[in-house]
Amino acid sequence: MLGRNKHQKPPMTARIERPLSPHIQTYRWTLTMALSIVHRATGIALYVGTLLLVWWLVAAASGPAAYAHVQAFSSSIIGRLIVFGYTWALMHHMLSGIRHFVWDLGYGFKANEREALTWGALIGGIALTVLIWIIAYANGGGR
Amino acid sequence: MSFDESHGSPKRPSMRTPLGRVRNLGAAHSGTSDFWRQRITGVAMTLLMIPALVIIMMLLGRNQVYAAQTLSSIPVAVILLLFIFASAWHMKIGMQVVIEDYVHNEKLKLTAIMLNNFFSVAVALASTYAILKLSSGV
Repeated sequence: MLGRNKHQKPPMTARIERPLSPHIQTYRWTLTMALSIVHRATGIALYVGTLLLVWWLVAAASGPAAYAHVQAFSSSIIGRLIVFGYTWALMHHMLSGIRHFVWDLGYGFKANEREALTWGALIGGIALTVLIWIIAYANGGGR
Repeated sequence: MSFDESHGSPKRPSMRTPLGRVRNLGAAHSGTSDFWRQRITGVAMTLLMIPALVIIMMLLGRNQVYAAQTLSSIPVAVILLLFIFASAWHMKIGMQVVIEDYVHNEKLKLTAIMLNNFFSVAVALASTYAILKLSSGV
């Protein structure tokens, strides 16, 4: 008991009835709520997706045969879909994270501001993904 | 981590005040260090994103000889090493938050946190080893 006067009354030990936070179904679904979950989901996807990065780098260090396996995978339809999804997850998570930096700095908490930031992350993430893939194809990624 | 005796139990309610409980760096005993490192690594990756994307674009559709040569150049290797270091740390913290939010069984939670550490370190070390091997030209 740091510095407490011993003649003082002891703290109340009975449970105090405080309002509880309602569970998630109770709330009206909002964009910022949905995107909060998407931020977390893309983070988890990127976590698993680092295995692709590791595979790519280890294969490059291992030799031509191992590298050819990575290229065969990444140029297959399923491989392209996964890498496309990974690109979107990365771009979305980055922009959504920048949105969090804005909030961390104490800005953008008004209703219209937080909606605008969230739409910006959503649309920006899709736009950057498409842009990256256009550049990639123009750059010979379709080979 | 609830090894702290100060948390109390239904039978023996804690005598500590809420202020006393958050002292000593709070429930996680590490204060806000993880929060801060999450931000540092996030900013770092945001800054490194364009160089990292340029490197990947340079290697699209190229063979292993070209990739190995590019990856062994000093600026490319340093950018990728920084990116890997930041992402491994960032994802370790992020996944730990997810585990702490959803896994309520104490033993399962500790196991998951431990596996998360193993995975993140393995990702970082395997990638780092590959880049250093390419850079040393062995």
